[in-house]
Amino acid sequence: MLKRTPLFAAHQRLGGKLIEFGGWEMPVQYTSIVDEHLCVRRAAGIFDISHMGELLVSGTGSADFLNRCLTNDIRKLAVGQGQYTLLCQENGGVVDDLYAYRLDSELYLLILNASRIEVDVAWFQARLAALPELSGTTVLDPASDRFGAFAVQGPRVVEYIDALFPGPSMGGTAVSKASDLKKNQLGAWTVSGETVWVARTGYTGEDGFEVITPAPLTESLWNRALEFGQAVRQQPCGLGARDTLRTEVCFPLYGHELDEVTTPIEAGLSVFVSFDKGPFLGSDVLARQKLEGTQKRLVAFRMTEKSPPPRPGYAVWAGGAPVGVAVSGTQSPSLQNGIGLAYVPPAVAEPGTVIEFEVRGRRFAAEVVRKPLYRKVTKTA
Amino acid sequence: MSSQVPSDLLYAKSHEWARVENGIATVGITDHAQHELTDIVFVELPAKGRQVKSGEACAVVESVKTASDIYSPVSGEVIETNPAVIQDPSLVNSDPYATGWFFKVRLSSAEAPGDLLTPQAYAAQIGA
Repeated sequence: MLKRTPLFAAHQRLGGKLIEFGGWEMPVQYTSIVDEHLCVRRAAGIFDISHMGELLVSGTGSADFLNRCLTNDIRKLAVGQGQYTLLCQENGGVVDDLYAYRLDSELYLLILNASRIEVDVAWFQARLAALPELSGTTVLDPASDRFGAFAVQGPRVVEYIDALFPGPSMGGTAVSKASDLKKNQLGAWTVSGETVWVARTGYTGEDGFEVITPAPLTESLWNRALEFGQAVRQQPCGLGARDTLRTEVCFPLYGHELDEVTTPIEAGLSVFVSFDKGPFLGSDVLARQKLEGTQKRLVAFRMTEKSPPPRPGYAVWAGGAPVGVAVSGTQSPSLQNGIGLAYVPPAVAEPGTVIEFEVRGRRFAAEVVRKPLYRKVTKTA
Repeated sequence: MSSQVPSDLLYAKSHEWARVENGIATVGITDHAQHELTDIVFVELPAKGRQVKSGEACAVVESVKTASDIYSPVSGEVIETNPAVIQDPSLVNSDPYATGWFFKVRLSSAEAPGDLLTPQAYAAQIGA
């Protein structure tokens, strides 16, 4: 039996096409992936992300505990800030990539991938049990069932976010209005007497917000966001557009760029690994890889001839031999070109390197390019 | 959204249509199929001269999300393919029964294929 989010009925009403994703029944699209994708780039889109997991970590030991587990330095977070970070095995393989928010001085909220919730919670629990000096001062509270979440993304979301969450924040970063939140900051607003968290984060490469709310409020808040969004031509968007949007800006997706046999260094995520904060899960392996380099590297590529869209699993060829594999790939709606991400040896990883992709027994030309594949068009004065 | 099912065509359960005239079948995919696939970005067609059997995978249509096999609804020799859908795959979305056709087959049997669905039967299958 697939799990359903608090927005399941809303998706049915909106005509969403529902598919299985990570054990959940989720909308892949409402109109079309290209249509929804371009709507986010040009105006605004709203996504159900309630399938993602929540884990609350609290107590005087919580910061120390998280720093012993996660790759990024949790001490960099002021109250009301978030950071991208990873949970690794001792061998450096990625258990999950996640977002950590500091809600209060000794309270953190971790946002986990839907398919990894149980695995992650078990890791944190086992780790805490192995650290007796912190186990009395750190509390783990798996809270996925108590929260719903949605993301509003696109350059025009900022036009209505203050109407959706009126007034100053009541917690997190102190701001007089939601649109004053800066990237990676979050604030708390009170809705129907409950605390709702609004973070200026997202997974599309556009400006936008993610709303983490008590589950019973999810649908009414979603409906209000749909209503306010009409003025900026916002559309509901499914997982299909979420995937093409994140691929264009080269954000990793667990199960594609990241898994238990891939490290953050191989995935090009060193900037989210702190080597000066003390030991954490996998730190020895990651430090060595950072110093010595890795056998595989994640690169972005684009097709350079008319070809079928590249897909995850397609073989990468260079110098007449298979050398790697695509882990993400699609026809880019913004660039109207085949694009993707692939693991290749270092010798093939430099931008400009000519590679080929094998599709149904034929090979098509591509080249390694710098990340991101798509850059937001910024207005010049 | 209800899909169009023209009354002058025959249909395969796998969502291809065939227009049979003078022993030659023109083949494409149905409005229902293009609507399910959405955003068609690539079409691969069989080589001219290829012998195809009814039910045989002989073309590929790719949307942003996935690649799907297209099965010939008839048996015979491929005598013509549509260069326009290679050039502009979105024709399959915008005009699936006319300019979005895929290929033409000279039927190996003089009789019209008997195992295809009538428009009424196909409409019932897709709930149109």
